[in-house]
Amino acid sequence: MHSKSIVELNDGLKKGEFSSVELTQHYLQRIKKLDSKLNAFITVCDDSALEQAKQADQRIKAGQSSLLTGIPYAHKDIFCTDGIKTSCGSKMLDSFTAPYDAYVTELLKKDGAVMLGKTNMDEFAMGSSSETSFYGPVRNPWNTACVPGGSSGGSAAAVAANLAPLATGTDTGGSIRQPAALCGITGIKPTYGRVSRYGMIAFASSLDQGGPFARSAEDAAYLLQVMSGFDQRDSTCVDKPVPDYTKSLGDSISGLTIGVPNEYFSDGLDTGVAQSIEQAIKVYEKLGAKIKKITLPNTNLSVPAYYVVAPAECSSNLSRYDGVRFGHRCDDPENLEDLYERSRGEGFGDEVKRRIMLGTYVLSAGYYDAYYLKAQKVRRLISNDFKAAFSDVDVIMGPTTPEVAFKLGEKTADPVTMYLSDIFTIAVNLAGLPGLSIPAGMVNDLPVGLQIIGDYFSEAKLLNVAHQFQQETDWHKQSPKAFS
Amino acid sequence: MSTSNQTEEKIEDIVAKIAELSRLSINSEEIPAYQQQLGHIIQFVKQLDDVGTENVEPMAHPQDQSQRLRADSVTESDQHKYFQENAPLVEAGLYLVPKVIEKAEE
Repeated sequence: MHSKSIVELNDGLKKGEFSSVELTQHYLQRIKKLDSKLNAFITVCDDSALEQAKQADQRIKAGQSSLLTGIPYAHKDIFCTDGIKTSCGSKMLDSFTAPYDAYVTELLKKDGAVMLGKTNMDEFAMGSSSETSFYGPVRNPWNTACVPGGSSGGSAAAVAANLAPLATGTDTGGSIRQPAALCGITGIKPTYGRVSRYGMIAFASSLDQGGPFARSAEDAAYLLQVMSGFDQRDSTCVDKPVPDYTKSLGDSISGLTIGVPNEYFSDGLDTGVAQSIEQAIKVYEKLGAKIKKITLPNTNLSVPAYYVVAPAECSSNLSRYDGVRFGHRCDDPENLEDLYERSRGEGFGDEVKRRIMLGTYVLSAGYYDAYYLKAQKVRRLISNDFKAAFSDVDVIMGPTTPEVAFKLGEKTADPVTMYLSDIFTIAVNLAGLPGLSIPAGMVNDLPVGLQIIGDYFSEAKLLNVAHQFQQETDWHKQSPKAFS
Repeated sequence: MSTSNQTEEKIEDIVAKIAELSRLSINSEEIPAYQQQLGHIIQFVKQLDDVGTENVEPMAHPQDQSQRLRADSVTESDQHKYFQENAPLVEAGLYLVPKVIEKAEE
């Protein structure tokens, strides 16, 4: 049952081959049996999931089903869920029960999707390995000595291990595409503004964007369809009609122009990964696409610019955690200062503290122009690189990550080494463009991700281009043995 | 350029001050590690100094949108009791904090 696509699951539900309750029970049992090896879930919602499944079955019987009615999914623990613990992977929110639903949660509920549980993640989405979680690290189903990537590592691992057919994620610097790549699944970061950030716990507001994980582009199209749409309560959400993402999946890509940036094949790239990506691009040539070498000259500036902009926004966003209204509060504070300082000092982990301090530094008087304003100007240069490229090409392709999944603990000693694992994904967030990662090979029995970047609001095109690849290859059909 | 300004205090030298501004209590034993890591990150970020950005408009937001406005009407209902279920300390519908205003000396 857990190897079925969303189309097959919908079909089985409608024909009555199995019920949503049975499907949900199947996944809940798998989570119970297998998640101890991965630590992909922070909270499993047995009771509410079965209740949602029961309601979905009634809807299906009444012929009122929608795109994901009765289909289970795993929800990143960054999305608020009314009445259910929403921790963001932090001790700070360990006791926080969200008092409202994120808009994405609301949309999934309305559609009749069944939430299996909340997935583990880097604390406040700050990390590239899912090792900074208060609830312990997530492991990669392909090799449990390796990381699943981050920050949405729990969601990616859950889908890769068939503990859920779909999962949500968020991507601020690569947190959907990088774990999708390292876990061998499909993940999309939509255009900034496509998916509402309402009720999605904020890290860096000008970069954060929610999106789907799935085993295939086709499955991902269904989840993105449900997650997307205008929301008055997110002032940066874009009021633009959502196209039917499943309709154009089958379109021919003959004549498509693919830009391949020189900078994405530089020294730091693993040779095995480079070969897989070159092979994947050949598949596209076979499908009638034209390949064009391009240049994105400011690529190497994206990580340093990001590590000014993102910490600056984070230091501001995370000032709300004060030990007063919600979240962790220290014992016996001497005075108000002590309450703030110790509540935050105890509630946040090291990486979060580092970023808050960095942000405070670059925003403080005397440094603002030199760091923050400078980084915003470099952000413009990076965005202009893409603008120039998209006047010549339809999509851009390259590796999602410079190497396959690394070992737990391998990059925790030096933050900058960890930051550089997002070298190919971060520029896309700075520009606000959509990007997608699909599995495109294996190196040392670990998956390689192909990144496809599109122009603003070209999600339908990206899914179409990814789906066409998945008609020709079977990388997306492979599953780690212990979880297949 | 202002980063080469003589008065710039290196982040390594002011970790305790930055922690205080950030309202984060950190132990004195943790300071050397933060000095090393934050110093390294800032050094890494400093490569931006070499980039020519004259006449480049700073980019604060991916789509350079203007702020959307909405009608000034009530959209929320009063749920303060529900919201305060998450508060660590509440009394009579009020959030409790340590005493802020001291009594004047007798």
